[in-house]
Amino acid sequence: MSALVVAEHLDNKLNPATLAAITAAQALGGGVDVLVAGLDCGAVTEAAAAVEGVNKVLQAESDAYAQPLAEEIAPLIVQLAPDYAHVLAAATTTGKNIMPRVAALLDVAQISDIIGVDSADTFIRPIYAGNVIATVTSSDPIKVITVRSTAFAAAPVTGGAAQVETVDATESVGLSSFVRAEFTESDRPELTSAEIVVSGGRGMGNAENFQLLEDIADKLGAAIGASRAAVDAGFVPNDYQVGQTGKVVAPKLYIAVGISGAIQHLAGMKDSQIIVAVNKDEEAPIFQVADYGIVGDLFEVLPQLSAELDKLNS
Amino acid sequence: MKILVCVKRVVDYNVKVRPKADGSGVETANVKMSMNPFDEIAVEESVRLKEAGTAAEVIALSMGVAQCQETLRTALAMGADRGILIESDAELQPLAAAKLIKAVVEKEQPQLVVLGKQAIDDDANQTGQMVAALLGWSQGTFASKVTVSGGAVEVAREVDAGTEVLSLKLPAVITTDLRLNDPRYVKLPNIMKAKKKPLEKLAPDALGVDITPRLTVDKVAEPAQREAGIRVADAAELVDKLKNEAQVI
Repeated sequence: MSALVVAEHLDNKLNPATLAAITAAQALGGGVDVLVAGLDCGAVTEAAAAVEGVNKVLQAESDAYAQPLAEEIAPLIVQLAPDYAHVLAAATTTGKNIMPRVAALLDVAQISDIIGVDSADTFIRPIYAGNVIATVTSSDPIKVITVRSTAFAAAPVTGGAAQVETVDATESVGLSSFVRAEFTESDRPELTSAEIVVSGGRGMGNAENFQLLEDIADKLGAAIGASRAAVDAGFVPNDYQVGQTGKVVAPKLYIAVGISGAIQHLAGMKDSQIIVAVNKDEEAPIFQVADYGIVGDLFEVLPQLSAELDKLNS
Repeated sequence: MKILVCVKRVVDYNVKVRPKADGSGVETANVKMSMNPFDEIAVEESVRLKEAGTAAEVIALSMGVAQCQETLRTALAMGADRGILIESDAELQPLAAAKLIKAVVEKEQPQLVVLGKQAIDDDANQTGQMVAALLGWSQGTFASKVTVSGGAVEVAREVDAGTEVLSLKLPAVITTDLRLNDPRYVKLPNIMKAKKKPLEKLAPDALGVDITPRLTVDKVAEPAQREAGIRVADAAELVDKLKNEAQVI
């Protein structure tokens, strides 16, 4: 039996996290179909059909799917699920919101945030903020899974030629409605898929000082992240948060500035390829995971780093 | 209206958890246990809704071993009116927990169920959504602001792209994110008062719920450890290392 991957999209673009979920689905051994539910989302369907390894794209359009409301989308997935052995989505806030609702309606467990596939019914997932890795086996007939996107390579966006099939939308249940969104506008790479991330913590002192990080990020083409402390203090918005309960990132290079390295923060970035820490406290736990550490005042180090990057780029 | 707030007893967030030597689970002997931090936020929000006159009663629910009573007493000391403990020594996975919560909802008829968005032990982030599914209710997950008015509740949600605001018909399930509120410190007189508040005990069987786990944990292990690297003297040396040694810029 095949696996069904629920596509996530915003502004008519397929979320790259879905590509990682498709790779995870391919590891299960059957074929892979993709569900695109939305309104006027033909471009997403086209993008999904072009992804290598996708057999079929199911497209469902309805006013009720204009926003990914769990109450509206879950019944659609539940209706399609009996044809599949696995139903997967990326472990984004959208996937985390919808998929447990799907699992409960199917009377099955959800396997959250998997980082590995052992077999068609056995999966690897982090628990306790990633301090422990569990191998779990599901006895349910349908496995509902969310996938940690940093743990799987993105499926190639070209090379596929999936057939597209229109499926009937489910009737609107009308329990919830979208009021408004306040999304952070940025020209920078998206945090979870960026190759370089520059993150600031409480040590940044205030919101204005994040300018220093933005300057570095501009020169490196990096995304900007933050620790919980920096978000709680109001230096940056919540969508910057990296950690156990925020975003999980695994870039080529992660530069942690003024971040002490609480286990909850390490949970969100310790799979980065190279970690750099800048902190004035040489005992800070961040140094235990850092490949390169500078003990020093970030307000001196950052301008120097900026100048060095200028030299490199000139 | 009544609010049902669910609280889980977990290993304290400051404890660095380790797998048992035989890989059968994590070491919890002699480890400090506390209320799941997200559930503390859920209790705080529920109590604030009562203090604002929106809610008439706050019922705290916990499930698990007998010591979950301590977790419930903390919720009562924060301001919940009474507690319910579903006592069980068995492992309760999110689907089973959601079914037990549903059974209590049918008995108590709250208009709002509030829980933490995830427990910091299994990091599943499922139970609230499952409760909403089983009850056929609306759900406001990862809430950073909750406003009840008339028959609806407006919930600001922390999502990957920023903040999203939804309007939910009541009854509804809300799961709380970090920035919804700052939970109050419990004062000694309130701890004393909490000891006198009613605490009812129930058994899963009595609620007619099958709690059989659907997932088997085959093994647990420590993740691959990173080796601490080297200290560099200054930004110039750092850029040189990143360029020539690590080759990431």
